[in-house]
Amino acid sequence: MSTEAAHHGSPTASEGEKAFDPKLLVFCCNWCSYAGADLAGVSRLQMPPYFRVIRVMCSARVDPEFVLRAFERGADGVLVAGCHPADCHYIGGNYRTRRRIALLKMLIQQFGFDPERLKLEWVSAGEGEKFQKTIVEFTNTVKELGPSPYRGGV
Amino acid sequence: MADTIKVDPKDKPRIGVFVCHCGTNIGGFVDVKSVAEYAKTLPDVIYATDNLYTCAEDGLVSIREGIRKHNLNRIIVASCTPRTHAPLFQATCESAGLNKYLFTFVNIREHCSWVHMKEREKGTTKARDLIRMGVARARLLIPQEEQRVDVEPSGVVIGGGVAGMTAALSLADMGFPVHLVEREAELGGFVKNLNNLYVTEKSATDTIKPLIEKTKAHKNVKLHLGSQMKSVEGFIGNYEIVIGAKGAEDIKAKVGTIIVATGALEYVPEGLYGYNQYPNVVTLTEFEILCKKKALPKMKNVAIIQCAGSRGQVKTYCSRVCCNVAIKNAINIVDNYDNMLGLAEQLGTVIEKVPVEQKVPEEIIERRRRRRGRERGEEGEADEVKLGPSEKIEVTVFNRDIMAYGVEHELTYNKAREKRVKFVRYTTDHLPRVYMEGNQLTVGYFHETLKLERTMPVDMVILSTPLVAQPDAGDLSQMLKVPLGQEGFFLEAHVKLRPVDFATDGIFVCGTCRGPADITEAVTQASAAASRAAIPMAKGYVQAEALTSVVDENKCSGCGTCIQVCPYGALRKSEKGLAEVIVAACKGCGCCGATCPEGAITMTNYTDAQLLAEAKAALQEEV
Repeated sequence: MSTEAAHHGSPTASEGEKAFDPKLLVFCCNWCSYAGADLAGVSRLQMPPYFRVIRVMCSARVDPEFVLRAFERGADGVLVAGCHPADCHYIGGNYRTRRRIALLKMLIQQFGFDPERLKLEWVSAGEGEKFQKTIVEFTNTVKELGPSPYRGGV
Repeated sequence: MADTIKVDPKDKPRIGVFVCHCGTNIGGFVDVKSVAEYAKTLPDVIYATDNLYTCAEDGLVSIREGIRKHNLNRIIVASCTPRTHAPLFQATCESAGLNKYLFTFVNIREHCSWVHMKEREKGTTKARDLIRMGVARARLLIPQEEQRVDVEPSGVVIGGGVAGMTAALSLADMGFPVHLVEREAELGGFVKNLNNLYVTEKSATDTIKPLIEKTKAHKNVKLHLGSQMKSVEGFIGNYEIVIGAKGAEDIKAKVGTIIVATGALEYVPEGLYGYNQYPNVVTLTEFEILCKKKALPKMKNVAIIQCAGSRGQVKTYCSRVCCNVAIKNAINIVDNYDNMLGLAEQLGTVIEKVPVEQKVPEEIIERRRRRRGRERGEEGEADEVKLGPSEKIEVTVFNRDIMAYGVEHELTYNKAREKRVKFVRYTTDHLPRVYMEGNQLTVGYFHETLKLERTMPVDMVILSTPLVAQPDAGDLSQMLKVPLGQEGFFLEAHVKLRPVDFATDGIFVCGTCRGPADITEAVTQASAAASRAAIPMAKGYVQAEALTSVVDENKCSGCGTCIQVCPYGALRKSEKGLAEVIVAACKGCGCCGATCPEGAITMTNYTDAQLLAEAKAALQEEV
């Protein structure tokens, strides 16, 4: 399989008219998703170069404030990646994360953000391909949505 | 080892950045030199350089020299992943006298050069961004002291089967007192029900008898039969456990480590292959019990159906042991059927010893195998191949594949073939069917080679069903705060590198409670778990990573939300009614920090300020 198929072959990415360089912040839990991202790297799975990973021990470490501050600072999208349900290194942190993100999605709409700009995904340490797919899709989604209404800060 | 460098958090940070080429792994796709130059422009960066391999000795020397020559008090390595290389660079910092918590890692390989191989410019921009994020974080790092926690030199083993007894004895032999908790009235677990065991073909009871006797007699083993764990509180080295037995007073004890060896059960194949519907359709273990009790009915034809309920039928996994058990049983039926009949028992002619066929020399087995490969029925074969009493009884093993892995098992499989045991393959498209034709129990199957539907009248059907997790494993999992996998078995910390550890320090796992295993494997795991558990107990203390939550008492309102969300019970109310962290129990997930409505909780080394600074730096326009 071509490591680039999913990235360059994507029709959305090549449409071009909405092309801009989105700023994507990705919170990865140390135990599953960060390792999944590492595996994507080791497997040379190519991805659009707009995401920046911040390592946290658990996805449940992601304080809702971190997400809101990121949007306030002009992030075009925030992705939180954690262990699959029942696989959390810290027993059940990801269940807390799931609830928080659901609430946050409702909250950011009040600030004029499309809830699609915030995404939660489960990526295990063995899912390099899923990490790639997630990044590709999320990049495309945010590109479709265009720059954040808060771009450049408030 | 250099003298310890005293770093006051109020001192101005002096950051050194070491950007790695990793040969061409990074250097081939990112302009490393320009990234190092860029790093020099960032606030508080005193020194920045690029190394061909930062992890090689000259790279490490450059870090140590950088610390010495430039009085660096924060170190950043921008290279591969902290998951593999952080310990190396942290140790390097420590060898130069710098507290290891003043080191931070930036991943520009896995997360950058390797995934943006065709976009050198944007990859380089990203590497610059990532280093800017690292610098923002490094400026806020403060030195941490690791706490030393004493470890109680005693353990508890939960489960008194083969794995549990082995683990308990290993610890006891090392001199550690061990509580062994078994909920049944006797030791022996799953194996005590079985008839004979594969490879040795010895009786299961005889095999485990010495183990049981030794366990009972050992002065360091405190047996708790008919008992269960009622509660577990605490953390590595300091677990307060309560063991309860029916009608008896609870027993409280303090232990340093816990080994889980609660075993597995056999899957009951309700609704599969006529089980519980027709007479003489039994599971593997039921068959073993019949053999053991010498209560088999008179039979001419026996069908064994493999993978009944496993490998996608009900459970996803392969149960690993059933192929070898089926082969063993097939041989046993052919060789030894007379001794297991109910009749024999009544006549009082039971032969206790299970006769084993005289061992065939290796070379003959090898020769037979080769010859069979060429042509069947060559001269001389009749002399060598002793026909089992197969005129009397026919055994057919319906299987998807026979997994006779390992050194001995393939030979046992060959032996079964030599004894005219039939192995008939089926696929999931054509499962065998068990039904009654008149009064005759019958197996209908699709012959894959002939491509024909066939039927076979049988007297008994043995279903090889998988080992399944204990239905109440979830209770213990919650009590110990250790995870279960998707199929309900206990989940180890790392499938390859830490197979008998839980991610929670001080708790270990072995035997079939972590997945199907045979006795050899269970004993291996139990010995491993015991030796892993002995490490902190022999050492007498553990060093807790300085990655825990910290409560700001000035901000805490005492609402107790953090206590509710903490998966480890590491927070409690202090006498002042405020949140208090039990440092040794805290694993540093940070769930409490994200939950606290007052922002009163943060994590050492992953503070809110550090994470927010990183996020801010990521979103900043490049300067």
